[in-house]
Amino acid sequence: MTPLDSPAIKKNMSISLIMFTVTLALIPALIAQIGFFGLQILGNLIIGISFALILEAVCLKLRHYPIKPFLKDGSAFLTAWLLIISIPSSTPIWVMLVGLFFSIVISKHAYGGIGSNPFNPAMIGYAVLLISFPKIMTNWPSAEYFDFNNFLNFSQLFSMFVSIDILDGIVSATPLDKIKTALFLGEPINNSFSIFDQFNAYQIMSIFYLIGGLYLMIKKIITWHLPVSLIFSIFVFSFILNQINPDVFMPSLFHLMNGATFLAAFFIITDPVSGPTTLNGKIIFGVMVGLITVIIRNFGGYPDGIAFAVIFMNIFVPLIEKFTQPKVFGYE
Amino acid sequence: MIKDQFHDGMWKQNAGLIQLLGLCPTLAVTVNITNGFALGVATIFVMILSNISISPIRQFVPEAARVPIFILVIAGLVTIVDLSINALSKPLYDALGIFIPLIVTNCIVLARVEAFASKNPVLPSFYDGLFMGLGLTLVLIILGAMREMIGNGTLFQNLHFLIGDDYKFLTIQLFNSDHGFLLAALPPGAFIALSSLILFVNWINQKQKK
Repeated sequence: MTPLDSPAIKKNMSISLIMFTVTLALIPALIAQIGFFGLQILGNLIIGISFALILEAVCLKLRHYPIKPFLKDGSAFLTAWLLIISIPSSTPIWVMLVGLFFSIVISKHAYGGIGSNPFNPAMIGYAVLLISFPKIMTNWPSAEYFDFNNFLNFSQLFSMFVSIDILDGIVSATPLDKIKTALFLGEPINNSFSIFDQFNAYQIMSIFYLIGGLYLMIKKIITWHLPVSLIFSIFVFSFILNQINPDVFMPSLFHLMNGATFLAAFFIITDPVSGPTTLNGKIIFGVMVGLITVIIRNFGGYPDGIAFAVIFMNIFVPLIEKFTQPKVFGYE
Repeated sequence: MIKDQFHDGMWKQNAGLIQLLGLCPTLAVTVNITNGFALGVATIFVMILSNISISPIRQFVPEAARVPIFILVIAGLVTIVDLSINALSKPLYDALGIFIPLIVTNCIVLARVEAFASKNPVLPSFYDGLFMGLGLTLVLIILGAMREMIGNGTLFQNLHFLIGDDYKFLTIQLFNSDHGFLLAALPPGAFIALSSLILFVNWINQKQKK
């Protein structure tokens, strides 16, 4: 009989291995995204991540830091990946590069590099792009069904160099966007579409993010506190609103399955640098991000508000940690 | 003496970039060159007049009551500027809005009166107001140009508000404004642009020291 792991002994997991595992957890959703939207996202990832790594190396060089160990920690790689999968794959390449510049240079290195950045770099890049280019950022390519031919259509891989503008007609709004428009026009949302007969690309990607996130939890790279509190909070608050007026506020399941709920819960707010480290603090952080997200989605001007909610709550992380410090045994 | 004052105002003690006084209008109105230039000129005007009207009475102002007295003089002058701009160019007055009356609370005006005009004769005070104001105007124009160019793709937009409708052709369209980087035109863009300018100035100063 082999002895069980002692709970006090930490498994020695190198940073590179953690990065590899996180990337592995993101792969299923990436495959789904390619199947629905085409290979262009892969080309974006290749170009965007190379650009992010070059930017990171230049910044490290300018700040007189050793380049190789910091590049190997994979933070720039993951930041670039998260930003690129959050924006539509039809985004013009220069817009993507502007976002990466803000993520890596402004929100990370200007604040003192990895470990000192108060805000989540990927979300800063996303927020900058959403505020600056609202038209580009809310137009996703339309995706009706999962198409295996998308994996073989290599001409799409680097199509971002060809198309400078998005062509009208091949784009469509995300479900959250459709709700916003319907409400703006004064139509009851139930008439717009039912949530279950359109089991669409975004919802399937959400499920894959959930699977990847559960894999990370099993591997003990993230704890349950942040994801569970965020998901629970979005569920509860949207449930309350839906009970008050179902004509205006979508049901909880819709809010969980659309937008960036699962992506944010497992991969974005779990950022160890800009998020809280105490366990109670993680729960407060997750609940508040969920509450602000529900408020922005239902009452705000933007269809999805997770990026803003995360940035907003990042400001309060020092305060949250101050009040949730665990008591050391033996001290008063 | 004048040379030193000029150097102080334009570079060494620049109001916008080194003293960081008067940030409220600096950040709020510099969405284009015209606004920055107009507010800068209004500020120069107020600074010169307040400096030369306070310098002669500096012996009679009691130490304890000096700030209210200074503010009262500045407020009177700002009202003159406010009404003048309203009379000369209504569209510009609407574009600058609340920030013309707010010159009165602008730290740079009170700071120069307090630090310079209340201790020096009239002529140096005049030059101080002029050069400090010019330094601030220069920063406002550069900021306005940066934000206008990046955010909107134009240069010299709305300049015809200042010099008449015949000069509408002066507006230069650099690229399609659909692709403008909206962040630059919004308040965060003002902070980022100003901090890049300060970065640049500090970098030059550090290089000169070496």
